[in-house]
Amino acid sequence: MAQGSGDQRAVGIADPEESSPNMIVYRKIEDIITKMQDDKTGGVPIRTVKSFLSKIPSVVTGTDIVQWLMKNLSIEDPVEAIHVGSLIAAQGYVFPISDHVLTVKDDGTFYRFQAPYFWPSNCWEPENTDYAIYLCKRTMQNKARLELADYEAENLARLQRAFARKWEFIFMQAEAQVKIDRKKDKTERKILDSQERAFWDVHRPVPGCVNTTEMDIRKCRRLKNPQKSVYGVTEESQSQSPVHIPSQPIRKTTKEDVRKQITFLNAQIDRHCLKMSKVAESLIAYTEQYVEYDPLITPAEPSNPWVSDDIALWDIEMSKEPSQQRVKRWGFSFDEILKDQVGRDQFLRFLESEFSSENLRFWLAVQDLKKQPLQDVAKRVEEIWQEFLAPGAPSAINLDSHSYEITSQNVKDGGRYTFEDAQEHIYKLMKSDSYARFLRSNAYQDLLLAKKKPESEQGRRTSLEKFTRSVCCWRRVRMAAAFHPRGGFLPAVGKVSGGQAPHRPDAVLLTVPTAGPGDEDHAGRRRRSTSTDRVSLRGDLVTVKEKE
Amino acid sequence: MATDGLHENETLASLKSEAESLKGKLEEERAKLHDVELHQVAERVEALGQFVMKTRRTLKGHGNKVLCMDWCKDKRRIVSSSQDGKVIVWDSFTTNKEHAVTMPCTWVMACAYAPSGCAIACGGLDNKCSVYPLTFDKNENMAAKKKSVAMHTNYLSACSFTNSDMQILTASGDGTCALWDVESGQLLQSFHGHGADVLCLDLAPSETGNTFVSGGCDKKAMVWDMRSGQCVQAFETHESDINSVRYYPSGDAFASGSDDATCRLYDLRADREVAIYSKESIIFGASSVDFSLSGLGLIVFSESTHRYLRIESEIVPCN
Repeated sequence: MAQGSGDQRAVGIADPEESSPNMIVYRKIEDIITKMQDDKTGGVPIRTVKSFLSKIPSVVTGTDIVQWLMKNLSIEDPVEAIHVGSLIAAQGYVFPISDHVLTVKDDGTFYRFQAPYFWPSNCWEPENTDYAIYLCKRTMQNKARLELADYEAENLARLQRAFARKWEFIFMQAEAQVKIDRKKDKTERKILDSQERAFWDVHRPVPGCVNTTEMDIRKCRRLKNPQKSVYGVTEESQSQSPVHIPSQPIRKTTKEDVRKQITFLNAQIDRHCLKMSKVAESLIAYTEQYVEYDPLITPAEPSNPWVSDDIALWDIEMSKEPSQQRVKRWGFSFDEILKDQVGRDQFLRFLESEFSSENLRFWLAVQDLKKQPLQDVAKRVEEIWQEFLAPGAPSAINLDSHSYEITSQNVKDGGRYTFEDAQEHIYKLMKSDSYARFLRSNAYQDLLLAKKKPESEQGRRTSLEKFTRSVCCWRRVRMAAAFHPRGGFLPAVGKVSGGQAPHRPDAVLLTVPTAGPGDEDHAGRRRRSTSTDRVSLRGDLVTVKEKE
Repeated sequence: MATDGLHENETLASLKSEAESLKGKLEEERAKLHDVELHQVAERVEALGQFVMKTRRTLKGHGNKVLCMDWCKDKRRIVSSSQDGKVIVWDSFTTNKEHAVTMPCTWVMACAYAPSGCAIACGGLDNKCSVYPLTFDKNENMAAKKKSVAMHTNYLSACSFTNSDMQILTASGDGTCALWDVESGQLLQSFHGHGADVLCLDLAPSETGNTFVSGGCDKKAMVWDMRSGQCVQAFETHESDINSVRYYPSGDAFASGSDDATCRLYDLRADREVAIYSKESIIFGASSVDFSLSGLGLIVFSESTHRYLRIESEIVPCN
């Protein structure tokens, strides 16, 4: 599914109209439809079917369509193939011969392909006069199969009222169309009638169906000029479509534009970039680290409110008592602890105990400065300067002279970014010094171990490592228990899965890191799934039922 | 013009060819660093497998297509805006509507929840972004407190509060993005560079960063420095409009969804597209993308022509 991005393809399609989003979709569908009808290269079997007293020409069953889609578009799931078929039908490229509702079903229902004349890519926007002509002509032909449906009869009545004054004109046009139709071969007429009806099913859908011709208004401007009548009726009084504003003339590229581009490109060439291997490693490592926090993948503890209708999880998150999982997250990166209100408070308290809280307070003050409304900025700048940087400041922070110079210059202008440089310095200082010490501190570790009794003679670092490893394993093992309901091969987990929270001491003692189900614990990597696991994943991991 | 005099010898054509050769050189340089494919490295991560999603809540109340929605930081409230001109604030957990306002224009294409949860912003065909404070006083008419903040010369396609209720970032059909001070309505910074409508934007999830990414009808995704207004990186590999952009949770990469029926992942450190997500059977464009918390799952919304606020989606594993 995912492809490499070795070649950065040149982008640029000559015809702007062809590149409008709708056209791209239409051409793709037309490509599929054309292949589908090509019997030389394995298209669907289109045939004439005998029925009661007559023949039904040129039809294909829904099943055939679905099968073909599965085979030729590499679709594994028939539900997906039905969905794709229905999307193609909804656009008007294929239609059921006995229904106004444009979907595809995986059964013996008969479908027919739409004539290229009626394809949406021709940018049809038929007017109501056209529709009136169509409904009118249907009432003129005495055929059971052309009888109007209820909603069509209602539409006709409404149109007759609306076009009362030019109804004679419409009537004449309808008569003319009937004459033209009569000249055609009977079988051909059957096919054309159904195609015409399908066209109107797209442009005047059955009430309750989504109108696929409704455009995203943001993309309308790039459409080709619409064709207003399938019957060749042109009217001078036709109003301009309110939505078709002619596309804006493309601004010509000036020398200045290109010079800017050259400057930009040069800057990019000078940029120091990382190798793909490093980048990939970083992205994957991030995911692996955060998977246990991702409720989409790892069931949330105590429960996901959206599933259980119990908001306990949110209440816990709002409380000042952080869970061990949350505390562990503060250790992932400096940003993590700064993001979390409770983490910040803990870090601040630690810094206060070391008499170096001014750094964090400065950093927070500058963050707050940037959130102020414009009119309050100057005042806040002055306050921060006085508190942290002015000679004799009560909470003096330590900046190198260069940074101090820049900042004192900036203060004269007093903008929101006055302290950017200083803030960056202080951030780096905290990150490399205070943050690292905080993670090693008693305060942090007590939180991490949920105020457990202190570890034995082993160094704090190693016991921390051991603990976090075992917590991770506990999680993996617990998930495995979910996959295999009996849990027979993991008696230890069997005991715990009776609803005990992971941060209770018992949970830690019970884990046996090496006794996992074939779990290879190489440097924290997750094991590759086997096919049976994937089956379990589908069934058990998410407590969902297939929708419809 | 004065500057023309300095560069008399440069014609438009020669400048263009210089730009072209630089593009080629840039591509060469980047290709040298392309020593492995992301999906190869990702093989060691357990795949999501066949993921089935269940609708948890259906919020009924809009009369026409829902064009935009945004979550509140409390993880349960939502603001949504619709083609019929209505903007509704829901407690999606209980499915109750808490506030509703009718905009003077239809097609409200953008809406956003303020970080404090005390206000919402919205706009669309009116070319403006307006902020409404949320009040629980039954006597107060929400529409009366409306504050007009942003003014563009074409439709508003996206808006987002920064990490404060006091600044709003907007994207517009006029090809620009802009940063505004909410209280005064003053323009703080504008961002020029897209060659066509800007359709989407996303702020970088960093505590210290000042950047955001935008995507447009010019098929480009551009990363901007909010402070200077300059474009710092640009990516042009999509074949059609970019409808949605979202940062990877670490902030080092972002994903984009486009009308070319693909989603792509761009890494900022490699300055390159690193993955394409597409399937032969996916014909229609992606209208909206988002990452799960860990980045393992990329959720793509396509064919969203429903009237209800419902999650009907298709997931492409982040391989």
